[in-house]
Amino acid sequence: MSELALRPFLRQALRHALVAVAALAMFAAILLVAGKDPLRAAADTCRSMTTVYGFSELLVRMTPLLLTAVAVALPSRLGLINVGGEGQLYMGAWLATAGALWFPAAPRWVLLPLVAAMGFLGGALWAAIPGVLRAMKLVNETIATLLLNYVAPLIVSYSIFGPWKAPGSSAYPESPAYPDAALLPAFFDTRVHGGLLLALAALLAYWILVDKTRWGLQMRAIGGNAEAAQRLGIPVAVFLVAGLALGGGMAGLAGMGEAMGVHGRLRQGLSPGFGFTGFLIAWLAGGRPLGILFMAFLFAIITAAGDTLQITQGLPFSVVNILLAMILFIVLARRPGGAR
Amino acid sequence: MLSARGISKRYGALLANDGIDLSLNGGEVHALLGENGAGKSTLSKILYGYTRPDAGEILVGGKAARLRSPREARALGIGMVFQNFMLIPALTVQENIALFLTDLPAILDQEAVARRIRAYGARFGLQVDPHAPVRQLSVGDRQKVEILKLLLAEARILIFDEPTKVLAPHEIEGLFQVFAALKAEGYAILFITHKLREVIACADRITVLRQGRVAGGFGPGEAQVETLVKMMFGERGGEEPTAETPVPAGTRPLLELRGASAQGVGSETTLQGLNLTLHEGEVLGVAGVSGSGQKELGDLILGLRPLSGGSRWFRGEDASSWSIARLRERGVAFVPEDPLAMAAVSGMSVRENLSLGTGSRYHKGLSLDWRALEATMGASFAALAFPVPPLDPPITALSGGNLQRVVLARELAHGPSLIIALYPTRGLDARSAASVRELLRRARDGGAGVLLISEDLEELADMSDRLLVLFQGALVGEFPRGSWRPEAVGHLMTGSGEVAGV
Amino acid sequence: MTTPLVLGVLAGAVLSGTSLLYATLGETLAERSGIVNLGLEGVLLMGASVGFAVTAVTGNPWLGLAAAALTGGLANGLFGWLVVTRKANQLASGLAMMFFGFGVSALVGAPHVGAVITGLPKWRPAWLGALPWVSASTLFNYDLLTWLALPVALLVWWLLFKTRWGLGVRAVGESPAAAFASGRNPALLQFQALGLGGMLGGVAGAHLSLSLTLTWAEYMTAGRGFIAIALVIFSKWNPLRAVVGALLFGGAEALQLQLQARGSLISPFILEMMPYLLTLLVLLAWGGSRRLAAPAGLGRTFFGSD
Repeated sequence: MSELALRPFLRQALRHALVAVAALAMFAAILLVAGKDPLRAAADTCRSMTTVYGFSELLVRMTPLLLTAVAVALPSRLGLINVGGEGQLYMGAWLATAGALWFPAAPRWVLLPLVAAMGFLGGALWAAIPGVLRAMKLVNETIATLLLNYVAPLIVSYSIFGPWKAPGSSAYPESPAYPDAALLPAFFDTRVHGGLLLALAALLAYWILVDKTRWGLQMRAIGGNAEAAQRLGIPVAVFLVAGLALGGGMAGLAGMGEAMGVHGRLRQGLSPGFGFTGFLIAWLAGGRPLGILFMAFLFAIITAAGDTLQITQGLPFSVVNILLAMILFIVLARRPGGAR
Repeated sequence: MLSARGISKRYGALLANDGIDLSLNGGEVHALLGENGAGKSTLSKILYGYTRPDAGEILVGGKAARLRSPREARALGIGMVFQNFMLIPALTVQENIALFLTDLPAILDQEAVARRIRAYGARFGLQVDPHAPVRQLSVGDRQKVEILKLLLAEARILIFDEPTKVLAPHEIEGLFQVFAALKAEGYAILFITHKLREVIACADRITVLRQGRVAGGFGPGEAQVETLVKMMFGERGGEEPTAETPVPAGTRPLLELRGASAQGVGSETTLQGLNLTLHEGEVLGVAGVSGSGQKELGDLILGLRPLSGGSRWFRGEDASSWSIARLRERGVAFVPEDPLAMAAVSGMSVRENLSLGTGSRYHKGLSLDWRALEATMGASFAALAFPVPPLDPPITALSGGNLQRVVLARELAHGPSLIIALYPTRGLDARSAASVRELLRRARDGGAGVLLISEDLEELADMSDRLLVLFQGALVGEFPRGSWRPEAVGHLMTGSGEVAGV
Repeated sequence: MTTPLVLGVLAGAVLSGTSLLYATLGETLAERSGIVNLGLEGVLLMGASVGFAVTAVTGNPWLGLAAAALTGGLANGLFGWLVVTRKANQLASGLAMMFFGFGVSALVGAPHVGAVITGLPKWRPAWLGALPWVSASTLFNYDLLTWLALPVALLVWWLLFKTRWGLGVRAVGESPAAAFASGRNPALLQFQALGLGGMLGGVAGAHLSLSLTLTWAEYMTAGRGFIAIALVIFSKWNPLRAVVGALLFGGAEALQLQLQARGSLISPFILEMMPYLLTLLVLLAWGGSRRLAAPAGLGRTFFGSD
């Protein structure tokens, strides 16, 4: 019985491995064309990742990706397409900052949960707007979340340049540093922060919700056949709004994590595309939790490689995006109609 | 111009067309009459090249023709006006027609096309504004565009598949005038329908199909309503419906609609002022040809469609604004025609599908009490004498009949008091259909009220304690058991009889 | 105070709106054929970087422009292969293209960061330049792309609405089934629309690096691709409306710069939000009526399950 289950698993793993190899080969070709040494690049990357610090950096990168991927995967169970992870992330960071700045004197056991809750709430509310619009059949959520993506960072910028401007930060404005009580604890000597625990908890909660609870069942019913679900008495509109809001909340937590765990203050450029990357991770993983874990780790490796390449080979960091794109192209080209 | 001889077509166990002869002459309207399932659409698909017959031949203009595709049919001058127009709503009339012209220049000369449209329009009574966007056109006008499309593409033989189904009464008049104009210029018209009155109004020759065969043909002026109805629906003289206990006096009404109306959107039928009472322990049949508002009626009672007027009562309580969930909780069950589309989720397992729509009965903590669910459902399957299917596989692994059984077992598991059955046996083989009917009867015997909406008159005759007739969104007849004959019902269904009983 | 402001905004609107308009026109063609390219940002970047690089190497901005157009066309061709031939998910493919564009443009542009190039030449007709309120500003002192912007918009409009090809493209975007039934090859039409659209996108990117800023920097398009996508919706997939929209959205950006220079209190960020909020509002306003002006074929992808 377990052997039979193993074979398709092995086949899948093999397929994934082939995709990775093909993508790496193409990337190596591009590096060659650019006059760089792909083998050296590979060696450098591997070396940097096997150090404790290198590995910890992977975890740091993975944290927001896990959350933004769930932000896409959860609503997708309802058949909703959430491309607004970026915006929801920023609004989460924004609202969390508000919490930290308004209650600077609160003790840690109050402030940290409060800030986390506000991070979640920020993203949730930002996503609830497109949710309501979609439930009322006014605007499709794909467009609405996409458009709101660009409004959120502007709200953050406005706040940083305005009411929340830290004195003395005129050159690159940012908010004042958060009180210590609001910061996510770091582990050992690395930059890995409590946000990782939040992210893993969120992934677990997502899995439990969708697979093990009756709400997850109803969500999947809506995603599978919304008309039948409605005929069977499921309140579809309520679920649509709640689903998007929950997803947005996840992205909001990612924003809170970056602000309170990595930067220690609210800054511009908080997200180098985490929201979009999360979309691709969720899509590649087919919304499956283990897949998300794996893909987030993979993407973390790739972006870490980018840093290494920048340092050792003098290539701009952005070049790893080519590798990312290659992987995606191969997967997209092989799977007609998409993963889900 | 076109003659078909000995056309036969079989779909699996069903002989859709059996040795049909049909000929179309230029300058006349030939009506093809028959009720649903008589084989009209199969024949029309063959004539248009969509499907190939198993036997028989087709001659166009005296020469044998092999219609292998619609394109070949078009090349021979055969054009078909479908029920579902192939029009692009966002484009204008002129653009839609231009799209299908074979001699369109690279740089569009919209005025030239518009001129041709107006010319043909004037000739045949098909006036439409060439520059109007199709989405602004009424259904009747859209049909005109479809016809113009064919005319401008040089078709001479025109097949109309149930063209009046979507038209308002005054638009039907207009269509007949178009037929007259086309006839006068030598076009051949095949008019496929089930509506008697219209056929008598405009057809020169009539061919009646019943159960795949030609039941009879009439030349000009020979046909009469009585004969036609008998030919379409057949004699049912010898069979007396089994005597059933009539509804005992004083039984509480289970469901009542008082003056209920529901607005139809787009191509949906609007229901107007329906008065309906369903008692416990009876099967109330609703007959009607397709498009009379059956689905809309079912949705209205289910709670899916809001009332735009009137009220809905359930066991004496005003249930006009109850949600679907609440109605289901109170014992309303729904057995639909296409369970995969309407009552099941294809991506989920059989077990999960069984849990849908059970309300809060199996809530347990965060999840469901699967064991209790399986027990209840198992008991339901047993009570219905169905084998329990494996619960783990996806529901799509089941055959159509088995899927319907799963839905039935689920719907009947909690002893519903009201069962809405919407074409419950459509698409099922004879045995599955019979067992579904038996189940509904048994539910009725157990005190449930069954609303049976069907297009199968035999089924309705067999099952109904009372029969209502629905026509164009209104109830036009009510017959207690044993008091109705197929012809009378047929009249009402096709709009050619007087309103009776309601 | 106001006249120089107004003139400055107008001039800036036109300059800024040029690349926006080309990008919007390109995306309009694609979406009219039923395909959404979320990766437009990537296409713009690739056009900008390739244009700049070729210009830096050859010293000829026209070659750079041609290279940019070619790049854009090829990029959209790749995208077309994914979504039309392989029938891949359009949203995911678009985002993949965006990342691809980030990376390729960075790679191509890296050796040329800081290079000084001769950009596209600008000129102004003498009689216009003689007008008093014009001579002091940059008004009407445009490069070829800006001068051609309006004619190109007209051309795209004419192609879509006055030619047999355009009718076919629109038919594909509304109903591939109907287009097919009329004897056309929907996939071919989509590729053509994408190819042409891609070239316009490449040109849009090139305008940024070869005319507006005369530099190359990573991510220099700063979200213009997404503004263009919003603009396509805002202008109801109509090239002529896109002109107005591009001026409007470009004007918002120009206004923001002008106000900042004057130390205005209105936050530039609020102004930057305008394009997106406006588009959302417009969508809301239409949302009440079921009829969206969007090509029906976009429905499945862009509009999920509407």
